[in-house]
Amino acid sequence: MVATIQVDNLEIVGRRGRGAELPIVRNVSFSVARGEMLALIGESGSGKTTVALSLLGHIRSGCRISGGTIRVAGYEVTALTAQERRSMRGRVISYVAQNAGSAFNPALAIMRQVVEPALVHHILPRRDLEARAIALFRALALPEPETIGERYPGELSGGQLQRLMAAMALMTDPEVVVFDEPTTALDVTTQIEVLAAFKSVLAERGVTGVYVTHDLSVVAQIADHAIVLKDGAVREAGTVSKILFQPQDLYSQALLAAAEPCSRQSEGVEAPEQQSVLDVRDLVVGYGRSTSAGLPEKVIVNHVSFSVPKGGMLGVIGESGCGKSTLARAISGLQPWSAGELLLNGVALSGNVTDRAPEQRRRLQLVAQNADSVLNPSKTIGNTLERAVRFYSGLRGEAAARRVSELLEMVQLSPALATRLPSELSGGQKQRINFARALAADPQIVLCDEITAALDTVVAAAILDLMKELQRDLGLAFIFITHDLHALQSICERVAVLYAGQVVEVGPAAALGEGFHHPYTRLLHDSVPLMEPGWLEETRLRRLAETMPATLPNPSSADAGLCCFLTRCPDRVAGLCDRIAPPVRSVVHGPRVLCHLPASIRPEFSS
Amino acid sequence: MIALLGKLRGKHDRAVLLIVFWLFLALLGPLCSSQDPGAIGSQPVFSSPSITHLLGTDYLGRDTFARLLNGIRHTVILCFASTLIACSVGTFLGIAAVTVRPWLEAVTGRLADGFLSIPSLLFALLVIAVFGTSTVALIITMGIIYAPGAYRTSRALAQRIVRLDFVTVARARGESTAYIVLQEILPNMAGPMIADVGLRFIYSVLLLSNLSFLGIGVQPPEVDLGSMVRENMLGMVYGSPAMIVPVAVIAVLTVGINLALDSSRGKG
Amino acid sequence: MAKRKQGAGDLNRHLPALIGRRIFAAATSLAFVIVTVFAITNILPGDATDALLGQGATPQAIAAMRHDLGLDRSVFLRFWLWLWGVLHGQFGYSLLNGLPVADAIRPRLHNSLLLAGASAAVAVPVSLFLGITSAIWKDTLYDRAVSVLTLGMVSVPEFVIGTMAVYVFAVRLHVLPALADVASVHSIGQFLRAFFMPVASLALVTLAQMVRMTRAAMADTLSAPYIEMALLKGVGPARLILVHAIPNAIGPIVNAVALSLSSLLGGVVVIEVVFTYPGIAGLMVDAVSSRDVPTVQACALVFCLTYLLLTTFADIVTILSLPRGRKA
Repeated sequence: MVATIQVDNLEIVGRRGRGAELPIVRNVSFSVARGEMLALIGESGSGKTTVALSLLGHIRSGCRISGGTIRVAGYEVTALTAQERRSMRGRVISYVAQNAGSAFNPALAIMRQVVEPALVHHILPRRDLEARAIALFRALALPEPETIGERYPGELSGGQLQRLMAAMALMTDPEVVVFDEPTTALDVTTQIEVLAAFKSVLAERGVTGVYVTHDLSVVAQIADHAIVLKDGAVREAGTVSKILFQPQDLYSQALLAAAEPCSRQSEGVEAPEQQSVLDVRDLVVGYGRSTSAGLPEKVIVNHVSFSVPKGGMLGVIGESGCGKSTLARAISGLQPWSAGELLLNGVALSGNVTDRAPEQRRRLQLVAQNADSVLNPSKTIGNTLERAVRFYSGLRGEAAARRVSELLEMVQLSPALATRLPSELSGGQKQRINFARALAADPQIVLCDEITAALDTVVAAAILDLMKELQRDLGLAFIFITHDLHALQSICERVAVLYAGQVVEVGPAAALGEGFHHPYTRLLHDSVPLMEPGWLEETRLRRLAETMPATLPNPSSADAGLCCFLTRCPDRVAGLCDRIAPPVRSVVHGPRVLCHLPASIRPEFSS
Repeated sequence: MIALLGKLRGKHDRAVLLIVFWLFLALLGPLCSSQDPGAIGSQPVFSSPSITHLLGTDYLGRDTFARLLNGIRHTVILCFASTLIACSVGTFLGIAAVTVRPWLEAVTGRLADGFLSIPSLLFALLVIAVFGTSTVALIITMGIIYAPGAYRTSRALAQRIVRLDFVTVARARGESTAYIVLQEILPNMAGPMIADVGLRFIYSVLLLSNLSFLGIGVQPPEVDLGSMVRENMLGMVYGSPAMIVPVAVIAVLTVGINLALDSSRGKG
Repeated sequence: MAKRKQGAGDLNRHLPALIGRRIFAAATSLAFVIVTVFAITNILPGDATDALLGQGATPQAIAAMRHDLGLDRSVFLRFWLWLWGVLHGQFGYSLLNGLPVADAIRPRLHNSLLLAGASAAVAVPVSLFLGITSAIWKDTLYDRAVSVLTLGMVSVPEFVIGTMAVYVFAVRLHVLPALADVASVHSIGQFLRAFFMPVASLALVTLAQMVRMTRAAMADTLSAPYIEMALLKGVGPARLILVHAIPNAIGPIVNAVALSLSSLLGGVVVIEVVFTYPGIAGLMVDAVSSRDVPTVQACALVFCLTYLLLTTFADIVTILSLPRGRKA
């Protein structure tokens, strides 16, 4: 049988600015049989998107194909004229972009864009196309399929746009669809819906696909074969089960090891002291004028409470927009709060960093999110660290330089890096310097805001190892703010789950999979894909079994202090949840939960 | 000075080098000619180049080369001075707007919008009508005209930088505003601000030349490139260097710096 | 995402409010301009009497003159009286000849508007064409040529282009008159002869800036991800530009054109002087030389008002062309 996609010895070179041409893709060969899905696995800079785009005959400016052949559904892509390429694109092979938010034209209604590929190839008259589009919207489980096409991209959510983009790709019944990280920008609870929608539609139509991703557990759900790319070259190719469960190549093994949910909790470590280093009590943070009740107009962090024991590690998890970063800013004293208090070693901290005592600022350190912007690009690493050393300990000259070397060694970097500029360092190295700067203060507790989010899996795993080591060796306490449940579970003893600005649950991190939890925690936990083929279907089936209660409570009741998860909750009880604000309940040997339910539905848990 | 030049090097070194070259020419140029730029001799007017008069003579029979060197001095120094005023005032206010208090940003922003709603040549005409055409008045007028633009550029840059994590970390450490401005913000604005200085220098050269051409810029007996063109308009009929060379010099000056800035824009 | 959704609703609901806010901003700018124009001409230590009577005037003469001109009244009263006059089309009397400024301005304003309008009518379509096409054919020889030529043109003062035109067409070729003799226009041929050089020079002056800004706006749109997406859908070049790029680029382009119109206003001043064209800008330059402040005030106001009208109009077009759901 002839493969639908056949790539042989593909070479792509490119240049940045006026530099020399450098290879981006080196000698890549693969084939995909009809109806199969191939995953292109790789980290940033691996050339996976370049390969994917080349299947459509599209090479970004500054790059060119310097060798090899690409055959897609009988077309010799590398030999096509511009005219022929155009007639192939969108009709024979179509593309689903990573960020649908920017890949849809903001000036045109959705329907116009969705039918466009079929329209420009004169497949059917517009009216029939619109009917076909609506059928696709329905198949992809989009809300209001009849009218969603009249709306504009700016009016829809990321998950919806991503599915609409898949509908657009399928409009022409193409033989091949290329997916470029289509769920990476989505929250996990949305990702699972989108993945399930993709999978069912693709299976139904027997489409051949290429799926670009860095997420191995997504690969397990969606692909049949996979190839692992690094620096533009194929490191390993084979069936998904072979690559995921018996990787031969060292790099594939490293990728897998980093992605494997593993615990970094060392056995037999004495339990962290019960005395807490940081207490957050009923913190309310928001923007805008304050209302009559003394609360801000727009509340971002809503009566949040938790505490971090000395030498302990607390994870704060939540999806985009849940108020994680605002919480981090408030704790660091960069965003004043309207109500509540923050105690460091039992002493209240001011909401304004300049009003805090130097000793208090020293003990609480912030490690900020973005490795690329966290170091001043015009200062050497040595200067950056020296400033922090001098600021906190007053050391100068020789002594300061010695301390800088020490700090670099603490984060497992060579002291020789002190003379470098940030632009000469990798992302992982920058994040380590970021830690070293916080350590210069000799802190008690370090607040880490999404520090692994922008890093590749392998690098992120090493940073997590470093955090755990620092906790063990220096007795440091951490607050680890993240959206990545696996990362959190691998290092944190306790977890606080943040939803819509509220902590809906605080409890031990290890037990998230079992026992009773807040419905949102359960949804979050179940949505993180596992590296097991078939996980997606099982989870979907389980979800479908949990039918939503028939009576919909009035969703506009959020401001009345009702449960923030009310509208999405599968377990909600009409007459209770939509009337009375949820209480905080503690499950014995389990979490503290903001929910009515343990008492009513699950009587086996005492409150 | 050397250290400063060292700091300015980098992306825009070609443009910086050009500006430094013109400054040197302005300072030392008039020493290169033995002729008196003001001497009205017995030479014929609009004469062709010769050994004694390298670029011939002007409409009063004065030495064009000597006058040209003097004209360059006036144009470059006046414009550079006003650019420095505009960019220092603009940068100071731009950073202050971002780092001090929100109301300061609102006030300065509105003021800048107001100034920018008056076309620059008109504003210059208005001020000159009142304050006259003294050198100081010209420098200050042009400084005021280009300050709002510099303010906007620097404010936009500073706004972007203060949002970056390294500034957040410095603030969380409890660093003073002065430290944050001087150590964290300013060094990272230097590159783009140099480009802005270059642009505003070009703008002021164009404005001053236009004003002098209109007869309301540099006044006799002083001379700048624009007023040389104005004086020697009649020489156009004879194709006299007295009229053509200053035009060419203005073009070389502004096009050169502009090209240098433009070519560095593409670099990473 | 939630923010964007909200922005969408806001925009659709509050479109009139957005436009209202823009008009309000224009009004405050106008107020600023009026106050500035008045303030600059009134914060002097010496006043108009010095200019009129010279150094040797007797104190009595100065006092009498000050009374005649109303300069002995308070600043606020003078501002109010001046503003009241301006609102009624009375700009005071020229210090030079004692005639009403408004009478001097009116016929010249007509000439200036004719010159500026004709130049804009030439410059806008040409620069839209050049700007958009050079953005489409980015990095080709054509684009580089346009880019270098316009860069050269924005880098030379306006009078250079005017004098060059005179040198070539009047001095060397003798095909056109060096001065714009507008008064003796009786036929289309004469009209073209009189207007060709000023209009062409002014159009060239405006064009360069406009082409560069249009190109930048269009190139920015063309680098957006949705353009790449449209390419990958198999959309052809014409459709790509007309359906996908232009609707998004129209706002920034209109804005670019409006901003470049400031160079048109600056250019008018210089071009009118080069060609001794009987317009309001020439009047203003003469008034500046003779420090005839009321005339300068009036001309500056007229110019600023024109400029404000143009930019406000452009901004409203931009607001109207904003795609639904995009944050303002």
